[in-house]
Amino acid sequence: MQTTINDIIRLSNSVILGKEPQIRLSLACILARGHLLIEDLPGMGKTTLAHTLAQVLGLEFRRVQFTSDLLPADILGVSVYDRNAASFKFHPGAIFTNVLLADEINRATPKTQSALLEVMEERQMTTEGETRKLPEPFCVIATQNPATHIGTFPLPESQMDRFLMRIKLGYPDARSERTLLTNGNGREHLVNISPVTDAAGLIALQQTVSRVTVADALLDYLQALLDFSRSSPQFEAGLSPRAGLALKQCAQAWALMEGRDYAIPEDLQAILPSVAAHRLRSASGGEVDAASLLAGVAVP
Amino acid sequence: MIIIQLRWVLSSLGLILALHAPYQATWVIVAAALLLAWRYWLAINQKKPPNSLLLFPLILLCAIGVLFTYGGLAGRDASTALFTLLLMFKVMESKSLRDFTLVVLLGYFLTICTFLFSQALLVAVLTIAPLLALTCALIALNQKNPGPHSDALISMGGNLISQALPVMLLLFVLFPRAPGPLWGVPKDATRGMTGLSGEMKPGSISNLSVSDAVAFRVTFQGNPPHPSQLYWRGPVLWDFNGQVWSANYTYPALSSNLIADTTPFNYTVTLEPHNKTWLLVLDMPIKTSSAGFMTQDYQYQSRQPIRTRMRYDATSVLRYHEVTTLDEESRNRALRLPEFGNQQARELGESWANETPNNIVQKGLSLFAKDFSYTLTPPPLGASAIDGFLFNTKKGFCEHYASSFVFLMRAAGVPARVVTGYQGGELNPVGDYMIIRQADAHAWAEVWLDGQGWVRVDPTSAVSPARIQSGIASALPASEPLPALSRPSPFKRLQLSWDSVNNGWNQWVLGYNQQRQTAFLSKIAGSKVTRGDMALWLSVLLMVIVCAIALWVLRPTLNSHDAIQTAWLKFQAKLARAGLQRQPAEGPLDFAVRAAQTFPACHDLIDSIVELYLPLRYGGIRDASKVGQLQAYVNKFKAR
Repeated sequence: MQTTINDIIRLSNSVILGKEPQIRLSLACILARGHLLIEDLPGMGKTTLAHTLAQVLGLEFRRVQFTSDLLPADILGVSVYDRNAASFKFHPGAIFTNVLLADEINRATPKTQSALLEVMEERQMTTEGETRKLPEPFCVIATQNPATHIGTFPLPESQMDRFLMRIKLGYPDARSERTLLTNGNGREHLVNISPVTDAAGLIALQQTVSRVTVADALLDYLQALLDFSRSSPQFEAGLSPRAGLALKQCAQAWALMEGRDYAIPEDLQAILPSVAAHRLRSASGGEVDAASLLAGVAVP
Repeated sequence: MIIIQLRWVLSSLGLILALHAPYQATWVIVAAALLLAWRYWLAINQKKPPNSLLLFPLILLCAIGVLFTYGGLAGRDASTALFTLLLMFKVMESKSLRDFTLVVLLGYFLTICTFLFSQALLVAVLTIAPLLALTCALIALNQKNPGPHSDALISMGGNLISQALPVMLLLFVLFPRAPGPLWGVPKDATRGMTGLSGEMKPGSISNLSVSDAVAFRVTFQGNPPHPSQLYWRGPVLWDFNGQVWSANYTYPALSSNLIADTTPFNYTVTLEPHNKTWLLVLDMPIKTSSAGFMTQDYQYQSRQPIRTRMRYDATSVLRYHEVTTLDEESRNRALRLPEFGNQQARELGESWANETPNNIVQKGLSLFAKDFSYTLTPPPLGASAIDGFLFNTKKGFCEHYASSFVFLMRAAGVPARVVTGYQGGELNPVGDYMIIRQADAHAWAEVWLDGQGWVRVDPTSAVSPARIQSGIASALPASEPLPALSRPSPFKRLQLSWDSVNNGWNQWVLGYNQQRQTAFLSKIAGSKVTRGDMALWLSVLLMVIVCAIALWVLRPTLNSHDAIQTAWLKFQAKLARAGLQRQPAEGPLDFAVRAAQTFPACHDLIDSIVELYLPLRYGGIRDASKVGQLQAYVNKFKAR
């Protein structure tokens, strides 16, 4: 199990250079059965990261480029009248896959966005009175350009909450960039990479994550963090109970990746910025500093 | 098998070898140690254990070696040597956990084998070392790698042993004892025991007098007699062949003819094993316990050779007379001389024949009073030993005087015999008992005087009164070879204390037999204790002890959470005192990493502490021993 995880990280590292922390966080998000939001400027490797993870994990991968004229049916699927059968036949949309890359999600209209986000939460969809389950595992990796860009519909907080994690990639360091410039885009090498595991293997990993021990001592710490976010004047609103669950799941996933079968405060601290930052709003406006949340609560 | 575990197994076996070293042939110990070293060398160089094709000839070689050294493969010495070597070969071929567990268990057995050779207090105390090491090895074998630090292992092992201790003591005191030993000690176990030999020739007693080994110990009820009165009666020798005095036969006494003229002394003797049948008693015994039987010449004898330490009670009188006459056969036996030889002595004796027996005895004693001297190293004597001694060398030890005196008496027509035994003894004020050593071995004469019976005459006292008054050390010049302990020295007091401790060990631990057990327990209970009572007490007390230990062991689990946190806070406080404060938002792992960087000297210990703390606090593990281990580490931790 540990070797699988290490292999996943190692292989992904060979494609996306110098981004190990982000790769680890993304993997933790997938292991915790969550959806991932990658936010950064165009051309930072967001799509490559999503594609690489899907390839390395051996999952079915689909990509939808979100645009302002994209309709919900384009993603979910549509029932078309079949003349021969004399009935409506469902044509599944792009969402019926393991990993859906929703590229530039903030370019789509809120209607399309919310249709996707509903399905993300329910992991099933109902059209024309019929409920269809999505394949397992299911994971949406959405990328988003920062909201200040022209022609975007920024996701509201309520929708952001659906994503287990939000990460930023940032510019590569000089050495990784030199390698990139020398060897070309890593995405071209993706075809040469053979998957480390498959859907069943990932489900097994996810189940292991849910069995990672979270002791009372850690829950005390988690609750202290939630309380602090709710009572501290530096945040406009505190973390939701869903955020609390998300923190717990991610800490479990991180602990497993660290090779432990129990979570410790360090696990929680490692994932907290990515899990909490996009769910909080600073009272002063602007970006939330998750570090201040950590610094404000003592480890019991 | 990781190297730490192997190190524990090998070093515990090494300790056992050290314990066995005084009792086994040197080559056995050396070969065994070499095998252990070989095994260790293989392990650190990550080589495979040797092929059985190589080992088998070596085993055969060792077996042949044992066969030649000990003249067989059976018996205590040979079996132990063979077992020691085979155990080492087992180590050579051991690979799996199972093999090594077996080795450790056999190691326990080899440790016990030490007691076949010696059951002294010191040996028993030394046994603790291999016992602890073996227990640690057993714990190490059952740990996941890399396992706890060695000091934690030792404290765990010590804990296990100390928990077993009350049960052991209880079983020792209360377990109903069998009347005899459970099994016989092999015959060769008694080899090398020193003591009176049952016959006397020139040199046989002077040889004994260089040994400071304890012959027996005596506890008197009330004050002991004066040292000059302490004649401990051993074999009585009737028959002389010109060189050697011996007793070819003796009869059990039908009844005692002794009449006590003074108040008797009651005492208890603890006799060291000497592989012969006689039990030493104070001259003359009038009452003895049922441990042995009395012979006609007042020897107290056991039916079996004394191969284990033995206790018996006796009552003796110092002044007595006999109310019987000497029967014809005994008179002839007490007058018989070899047909020829020692002509001068024979003529001297015959020249006294017209005197009364009392005068003859006086003449004999006064002969020794002039010109003769007392020495441990007499000059060699020829074929006519008595003539040579009486008329030429005139230097001798007690056996020379006793032998010549009896010869002269017989030549003069006075029935006489030689008595061997011990004379004197050292009062140990620490334990208030008397120690009689082999160096106190002595020989004297008895003559038959009508109306008085057999009367003790000690010709040595005529030559060297000091020997009888104050012991052999004062009778001999400092140049004579004597055991160091016989002479007064600054360590005398220490040595007496040590002997007193040993005596207690002999009396109460080794001598704790069925009678002692019953007597001891009956004294406590106030009434006679049966075996059923013992079994009942034993079960009840065992249950109480086990419950107490269980409660004690499980105690940390009951509030283990607090214990864990308390230990961790203590660790933090220790670091804080050393200047390293944990930041409030700093997790334990991060803090430990920072601490290890700040104090690289205790890097390992910090790692061990945090590796124990994390699973205990966050892993939901409830393990009292790990909590204890954490506490031990934290207590030991010192930031520097």
